[in-house]
Amino acid sequence: MSVLGWLQQHVFFWMSPPWWTFTSILLQIVALVVPLMLGVAYLTFAERKIIGWMQVRRGPNRVTFFGIPWLRGWGQPIADAFKLMFKEIVVPAGANRFLFLLAPILSLGSALAAWAVIPLDATMVVTDINAGLLYILAMTSAGVYGVIIAGWASNSKYAFLGALRSAAQIVAYEIAMGFALVSVLIAAGSLNLRTIVLHQDGSMAHWFWLPLLPMFVVYFVSGVAETNRAPFDVAEGESEIVAGFHVEYSGMGFAVFFLAEYANMILIATLATVMFLGGWLSPLQGLAELGGGSTEALFATAYVGAFLGHGLHWLVFKMVFLLLLFLWFRATFPRYRYDQIMRLGWKVFIPITIVWLIVVAVLVMVGVPPWFHRA
Amino acid sequence: MEQFIFWAFAAMLVFSACMVITVRNPVHAVLFLVVAFVASSGLWLLLEAEFLAIALVLVYVGAVMVLFLFVVMMLDINIARLREGFIRYLPVGAAFAVATVVAMGLVVGSKNFGLERYAAPARKAAGYDNTAELGTLLYTRFLYPFEIAGLVLLVAIIAAIALAMRDTRQVKNPKPERQVEVRREERVRIVKMPAERRT
Repeated sequence: MSVLGWLQQHVFFWMSPPWWTFTSILLQIVALVVPLMLGVAYLTFAERKIIGWMQVRRGPNRVTFFGIPWLRGWGQPIADAFKLMFKEIVVPAGANRFLFLLAPILSLGSALAAWAVIPLDATMVVTDINAGLLYILAMTSAGVYGVIIAGWASNSKYAFLGALRSAAQIVAYEIAMGFALVSVLIAAGSLNLRTIVLHQDGSMAHWFWLPLLPMFVVYFVSGVAETNRAPFDVAEGESEIVAGFHVEYSGMGFAVFFLAEYANMILIATLATVMFLGGWLSPLQGLAELGGGSTEALFATAYVGAFLGHGLHWLVFKMVFLLLLFLWFRATFPRYRYDQIMRLGWKVFIPITIVWLIVVAVLVMVGVPPWFHRA
Repeated sequence: MEQFIFWAFAAMLVFSACMVITVRNPVHAVLFLVVAFVASSGLWLLLEAEFLAIALVLVYVGAVMVLFLFVVMMLDINIARLREGFIRYLPVGAAFAVATVVAMGLVVGSKNFGLERYAAPARKAAGYDNTAELGTLLYTRFLYPFEIAGLVLLVAIIAAIALAMRDTRQVKNPKPERQVEVRREERVRIVKMPAERRT
């Protein structure tokens, strides 16, 4: 990363190489986590506002941002964060104190750890490892421990039942998600996320959402189920078991679960973008050729060229679009019944993914253009 | 640095493995086993076997131990009753333990796996892809053993399902396609009746 190189030369030049390695990793983590946490804060705000508009309400509109009148409501997430920080953390009687406090950390930790291998740009990635896709699967599958441990350590029947529901649901949909990602790996011929994105280079029609359309749908719907979001939010099920596995948590313990849920949403949206929507690639690529121009000339246009060309901003746009879908689902769909959730996961999604896996393997073997044509 | 990481993970592995068998609460034992798996996957990462390391976390931590935890959490285990025969079986158990340790020492000791038998593995170049190498080997040289292992697992899956399946006549499964098709006329009957008259 060029920014890191500059910092090493001009700011941290006095550091010996091992210390610089340590510091640079720390800096990269901070540079990733701080925007992510801000994103989570304003995602909750966007959720309340957008669902408000969809239901012809106003949403939060009281707390201003530094007293600026036209930013009414923008201070709400910050006020919420401070409120949660200063609330008392109540540990229930008979609860296992250590595990009770460990559970929220586990669930947030797995949501953040996966970001280490996600490429934000052609060069911007914390660690560019070969087995990136496997690493992501491993990290996201570890997130279920936070849920189970929280339910068990709370010493409460409601929390325990909520944890069982939620864990069964996560395990069920994880399989379909895993198969969807395996089809991406077959199509791209690599486990490295950067290579997967570069394999989608060409135009919007080259992105994997088109050849792998059923897998894209299965992946995204499973992602909604995996994060326990509406319409799959039986773990929360206000009308049945209050708040599911985190019913006994208050203050910061609850806040960390809340952060983990939204961080997971952002992670799923980003992963779907990287796997199926071409990551940082520009959707305008290849369009100029249709009109007789050239993409290179379009991206070299003065002033707007950098915006039209590939870059981090396209990744963010696509991610925000998918996040909007998450909110839209929540505002419009009624909650699934529990047996219907299980049926959809085991009896519909897993067979679809297995069949399409074979279809993709045949497509790749035959080398169907334009996606799988080998030069 | 590498030495330090190795000793840290090794100490974590030995400690958590000891805790698995000594701790009283079965849920804690399962969680310590998870820690042991994570520590050994860290050791494999140090050996540049990233596929095995990640697969260990993915399969054992992510799937197998979750199911273990599910079962263990719902059991009501009486520790006192489990400990009843402890003293009586202690000599037999101790004899078996000593025999196992001796046997393992003979097999995996330095005589068979020492540096004079196996040279220390050379460090691979940065572009080396352990996953691809393993995949190539599994699907070329070890294709038949690999496929047979898969077949054995498939048989095990089918057997497990057959054991767990109840007689279908006793179970009332909902039929979603029927549920969707239901119309109001099938469920609700509107009855016209004259108003009650006070007698």
